[in-house]
Amino acid sequence: MLSLLLLTVYFRESPGGGLHGFQSAGATVLRPFEVAAERVARPFRDAVGWAGEVLDAKSENEKLRRELDAWRQRAIEGQFAQEDLDQLRRLLGYRSGARFPTDYRAVAAAVIARAPSQYEQQVVVAAGSSDGIRQHAPVVTPDGLVGRVTKVARNAAQVTLLTDESSFVAALDLQTRADGLVRHGQGTSSLKLDRVSKEQVVEPGNAIVTAGWKSDRFSSIYPRGIPIGVVTHVNQLDTDLYKQVQIEPFVDFGSLDSVIVLVSKKPEPVIP
Amino acid sequence: MIALDAVKVAAIVFFASIAQVSIFSSVIVLGGTPDLLLVTLVCVALLRGSIYGATAGFAAGLVVDIATLETLGVTSLLLTLAGYWIGRYGETTGRDRAHAPFLSIAVVTVLFAAGALGLDFLLGESAPARRVLLETLFQGIGLNLIVTVPVYTLCRWALGSEPGRADHPREVRLLG
Repeated sequence: MLSLLLLTVYFRESPGGGLHGFQSAGATVLRPFEVAAERVARPFRDAVGWAGEVLDAKSENEKLRRELDAWRQRAIEGQFAQEDLDQLRRLLGYRSGARFPTDYRAVAAAVIARAPSQYEQQVVVAAGSSDGIRQHAPVVTPDGLVGRVTKVARNAAQVTLLTDESSFVAALDLQTRADGLVRHGQGTSSLKLDRVSKEQVVEPGNAIVTAGWKSDRFSSIYPRGIPIGVVTHVNQLDTDLYKQVQIEPFVDFGSLDSVIVLVSKKPEPVIP
Repeated sequence: MIALDAVKVAAIVFFASIAQVSIFSSVIVLGGTPDLLLVTLVCVALLRGSIYGATAGFAAGLVVDIATLETLGVTSLLLTLAGYWIGRYGETTGRDRAHAPFLSIAVVTVLFAAGALGLDFLLGESAPARRVLLETLFQGIGLNLIVTVPVYTLCRWALGSEPGRADHPREVRLLG
């Protein structure tokens, strides 16, 4: 009965209500225990990860060397293109929305808890409203996009991962500009690019990044250009309306130890 | 004696809750995740009965819901029911049966997953039935059964036999 009462009151009250406050205070109290448990487990987790990486090291090394050569060439081309772009922007007086990463303040936070069931792809990080984190703030790692903040307590925040059933991100193919929606795929750590019309071109090996769309009144919560993953497989059936695009995410969602929450330096847009 | 027992149960369940959300939730083996908290709760309920099971389930669920910033009461409700039901089983049919922990874990893992799906669906949250029931459930049952052996042994060592249990009749006899 008490559980049902808690559930009902919590579900009906506003985010500033008494039970939410109790939960926020409770999360602060539990935080040291979670951090301690995470620190105790980290050496074992690292050891398992290290053993797995050693087995794949040689083939991984060759693959990375090939990629490095290709990316070095692209970096030089990109640098020239960026200089041209900056010059043209200055000439046109172009004004853009919040850009990643220059218009965001990075708040690094450790992952201290995960939802107990595997289908709830959520983690809790050790930073909250006291660090300036707001609901819907994008969350990244140096590898790419992780997800967004869905609940904020004083010293903790819940992050819903990109692999959750409820996550959708407007994204585009960096090479061909084909656009679609990134959502969860088969399994717990795979993604797919959905809603890609058959006329658009997507090829395996292409990088997928956030689209960061902007309309008159609304804009995507994810800034443009955050890496998401690489296309691994493209399929097209006559009976389907859209292409089937599988993506291998850059982020390893199974071993997230720490994340970076992006807090916009610009004031939040007010919806009229 | 009873107070000491309650403190022991509280410590075990609190430790299991923290370990579950901080460590075990990120352990993925063959696509499944072991649920240390559910296994510990079932072991406690089998060893101590329905009242301890229900109370420990409620408290553990509250800790999990607070630590993960989930809707308060969801995990509490499910674990309270699981603790009470397994406690009743331990007090009656399952008493002193060697297979009781394994049977309980297997059944409760299925019912807990189905219950969580149902509650999430009712609350309008994501409830991917295919992912839960087809892709991860069987692996979860297997991992929970593996974890049962050390957890049940540890719980029995920590809690000992139930106070006054030695006086209980070992089987039901018809009178008259």
